[in-house]
Amino acid sequence: MSDNIRIVRDATCTFCGCVCDDMHLTVDTAANKITKAENACVLGRAWFKEHAVEKRPFALIGGREASTEEAIEEAAQILVQARFPVIYGLSDTTCEAQRQAVAIGDMIGGTVDTTTSVCHGPSGIAFQSVGESTATLGEIRNRADLLVFWGGNPAESHPRLFTRYTVTAKGMYVPNGRKDRYVALVDVRRTPSAAVADLFMQVKPQRDFEVLWALRALVKGKRVDPAIEQTTGVSLAVLEDLAGRMKRCRYGVLLFGMGLTMTRGRHFNSAALLALATDLNEYTHFVAKPVRGHGNVTGADNVVSWQTGFPFGVNLSRGYPRFNPGEFTTVDLLARGEADAALIIAADPGANFPQRSIEHLRAIPVIVLDPKASHTSRHARVAITTATYGISVAGTVYRMDDVSVRLRTALPSPYPSDEDVLTRIKARLSELIGGNRIPPALAA
Amino acid sequence: MEAIALPETMTLIGGRSSRQGTSLCAGKFEAEYLEVSSTVEMNADDMARLGVKDGDEVRLRNASGEAIVRCKGRAAKDLPSGLLFLAYGPHSSRLMGGDTAGSGMPISKSIAVEVEPVAK
Amino acid sequence: MLRIANGRVYDPANAVDGEVRDVCIAAGKIVSDVPAEARRIDARGLVVMPGGVDIHCHIAGPKVNLARKLQPEDHRRDVHPRTAFTRSGVGGTVPSTFTTGYRYALLGYTTAMEAAVPPIGARHTLEELHDTPVIDKGFYVLMGNNVLLYKLLEKGRREEFRNTLAWWLSVSMAYAPKLVNPGSDEAWKGHRNANIVNLDEKIESFELTPRQVIGALVEAADELGLPHPAHIHCNNLGHSGNYATTLDTMRIAAGHRAHITHIQFHSYGEPRGKSTHNPTSKAGEISEYVNTHPNISADVGQVMFGQSTSMTADAPLAYMIARLGGTKWVNADTEHESGCGIAPFTYQDRVYTHALQWAIGLELFLLAKDPWRMVFSTDHPNGGSFMSYPRLIRLLMDREFRKEEMRKVNPKALAQTALADGLDREYSLGEIAIITRAGPARLLGLAAKGHLAPGADADVTIYEEHADKERMFGAPRHVIKDGELIIEDHEFKADWEGRVLHIAPDYDPKIVDVIRPFFEDYYTIQFNNYGVDDSYLGRHEVIATAAQRAAATKARAQ
Repeated sequence: MSDNIRIVRDATCTFCGCVCDDMHLTVDTAANKITKAENACVLGRAWFKEHAVEKRPFALIGGREASTEEAIEEAAQILVQARFPVIYGLSDTTCEAQRQAVAIGDMIGGTVDTTTSVCHGPSGIAFQSVGESTATLGEIRNRADLLVFWGGNPAESHPRLFTRYTVTAKGMYVPNGRKDRYVALVDVRRTPSAAVADLFMQVKPQRDFEVLWALRALVKGKRVDPAIEQTTGVSLAVLEDLAGRMKRCRYGVLLFGMGLTMTRGRHFNSAALLALATDLNEYTHFVAKPVRGHGNVTGADNVVSWQTGFPFGVNLSRGYPRFNPGEFTTVDLLARGEADAALIIAADPGANFPQRSIEHLRAIPVIVLDPKASHTSRHARVAITTATYGISVAGTVYRMDDVSVRLRTALPSPYPSDEDVLTRIKARLSELIGGNRIPPALAA
Repeated sequence: MEAIALPETMTLIGGRSSRQGTSLCAGKFEAEYLEVSSTVEMNADDMARLGVKDGDEVRLRNASGEAIVRCKGRAAKDLPSGLLFLAYGPHSSRLMGGDTAGSGMPISKSIAVEVEPVAK
Repeated sequence: MLRIANGRVYDPANAVDGEVRDVCIAAGKIVSDVPAEARRIDARGLVVMPGGVDIHCHIAGPKVNLARKLQPEDHRRDVHPRTAFTRSGVGGTVPSTFTTGYRYALLGYTTAMEAAVPPIGARHTLEELHDTPVIDKGFYVLMGNNVLLYKLLEKGRREEFRNTLAWWLSVSMAYAPKLVNPGSDEAWKGHRNANIVNLDEKIESFELTPRQVIGALVEAADELGLPHPAHIHCNNLGHSGNYATTLDTMRIAAGHRAHITHIQFHSYGEPRGKSTHNPTSKAGEISEYVNTHPNISADVGQVMFGQSTSMTADAPLAYMIARLGGTKWVNADTEHESGCGIAPFTYQDRVYTHALQWAIGLELFLLAKDPWRMVFSTDHPNGGSFMSYPRLIRLLMDREFRKEEMRKVNPKALAQTALADGLDREYSLGEIAIITRAGPARLLGLAAKGHLAPGADADVTIYEEHADKERMFGAPRHVIKDGELIIEDHEFKADWEGRVLHIAPDYDPKIVDVIRPFFEDYYTIQFNNYGVDDSYLGRHEVIATAAQRAAATKARAQ
């Protein structure tokens, strides 16, 4: 082996919520690049290959190059003067950084929100009403003999979900893998994922709720009007067959994606699915799992929940956590022009948000922490370059099933980690404010 | 007199795709991501009716905004008539409304858009 | 340096029962004396005790966080504002982490043990404990449904079984091994939500019975010389007639140490007569067995009326509770290790079974001959929140108050118990100090906790004496942690990071060759990524096993 080659075994890929920790990386230390990622899927390979350490300014303030120190000072000044700041993003960084972000929110009395609010936030809301019967991915791999994928396209968004964890993976009680399983896939269009399914169920757009509710009824032995076919595009016979299979399986799983959360019904869709999984436990063992998008969005949910009691959209202005989706979620805070400053970490709302929200984001002072240039950083007042987690920064992340996984590093980077920058911003804020800010109503 | 084609209303589904994911890693301002996120998949019969071919530009428009993207045809068995698929990106975002109905989540799938070919 | 002067000291581990004397502190420890210039706290007329030690609660980790996320309505009613140097949070029955630490401290508790964590969730638990301020903390790791342990045990590979247990305890940074409804996970996950009802029935997919699993773990914990023995949530929790299972489980221990947790939930007799489903009390029989078998210890698991959250690794139990109550429900299977179930629950004084449970808990306290081995708990938040501890103390110390409360509960249920015969006992301050501090510390094998002799950790609580014991124990005047005056005159004066207490039992390194292949075949996390590294510990202390203590003593002697 050449002197310039290093192997990093058991590294973790954080591109998607599968958070596969069996990456074996080949690092060219001379060029400071990852040249091979054994076990990675096509997305993981791109993730490792493309996150080389680029030469970029340490920071930009108003478009002018600056040092990290100067940017931290400017960021602290912006945040200390803001009356209704929002801290947003956090799904592509470590838990250690997320904890600092929440601490800053508590210190300045801001709002802390994560990309969950535009991803599986509705599923989190549904969870609060219905609960959830769920499992770690290893249970699914080792026991599941029936899988239903709903509103997602894992073949393109989470390739190893099929191969490492569900459809084709062999397990303790599923020794023949695919042959021991029945797979159904539900979507409004036939994606490449449909190829793995025994049953592809095409639903009319915006009619998932009706289909899920009909399945609930059929599972409970109620009559469903055959007119369901006109409404949803799915025939009663197909639904009856699926309901029967779900009741008769030994260990069933519903895995669901944005097809439910991002359309008409939102949290009602998620709740209907979670309720269906719960209902099925009267007949057999059945679990559900929201398929999470970004590498550490589950970590963000966990950290914000344990520190504040609520998973996202948390406001701390009154001195304690308050939760109200729609009121304290970032799309809304921006669209209504309420936030007067923003600290964006590892997210790009400037590309992904609705226009009205983006326009307001351009009108307020914004601080961005990101390894790469983004739409948000291009318009930000302060843009701080940070090192990429899982490639240059170690720490903790959570897989979509709440299993916590550690990160290994492969490429040294000159840039600070998000955790480091946030800790320093917090320290400076503490100097400026004198500790945590106490709202006037609570002060003695 | 020539018949004037009025814009048709179709349903836009935004979403991830394999190429959207890999090109995202390379960079949001690089050519491949720009191309992937500005290509709309359309039912082949719908394309024929609109008089557009693969690679032609169409305008997608609704109350939130508009985006000019290039077409790519799909067979009816894969993409039903009236449905469009566009990989997540700046174009898809422009068509998203800001009203979250008190949920925090804007509608990013099954968005009604008017579709018309862009005159060459 | 600190001198707590002229307080009435209750230090039952050192036979101090209300003597007026000074307690001296230096460098975070109790010392016999300090110089005259040391800071002085005037404790005249005040009661001085070691800091409280909670032997069984659910405060951190994957299960707790699910329960926390589940109930925003619970949090809204009970907010915890920040101060300039303490973090904000929320309460209810499952508080956020900062609030948990602060509120335990505000009650005068300085150590708490999270009772049930699947080892794959150890890292998560340590992260949450890191954000749980002031108190010292640890957790019990779930081993009673562990698939690899089952595979070794069914083949009779006892040596490897013991080494694998030691490995798991060490790499997860746990404090003790926990068993919950042993054998049931396989039935629940693998057999359409079935459950185990008999200690001698075959465990689904294994040539094993719960009896064998319990026996093997109790023995192995003893062989490893662990500071705290196998901590057991018996099978059949909540079921009529389950006292028989509990007696059987205690008999399996056969002279080895074993701890039966929340034993109140396991003390029910069959209904009396054919026309009723109402269970009866067997607190007498259970109490008698514990009284006469010094190898057995227990914590009561008292039910307190009002809101609670059922959160347990006993997944079938949680499902039953959710269906009974018609509430939202969480189930979370953990690969090869455990189950988990969560449901909100409200205990009501007029409901027969709830009143019976409440009364049985009190029976167990009041019939206990050895308070060192029948210690205080509500299985927070299953039986009730830890915030109800002061009220429970009042029930034990004040028979008039107890009688008042008895008048409010379902009389048919009360009639089933010894309370109706006039159990008049009142716990003294010294006995309260035993069941809430000295006893739990001794059962946990924490030689530096629960007492105030020189060498002990300087965790001290100073209470104002009130006739109303709920008021007295609800708001200590001063709380000292590691010699730091954290709460002074009821207010926080400083934030503090407590220590993670964990064990590191020795094991044969070759056992890794037995464990790794199992991971490679069946787990979805890499073997090399599984164990928890030291960076998650923060301030921490390793508590030695018996063998490690002996080796240390020998080394010192040389």
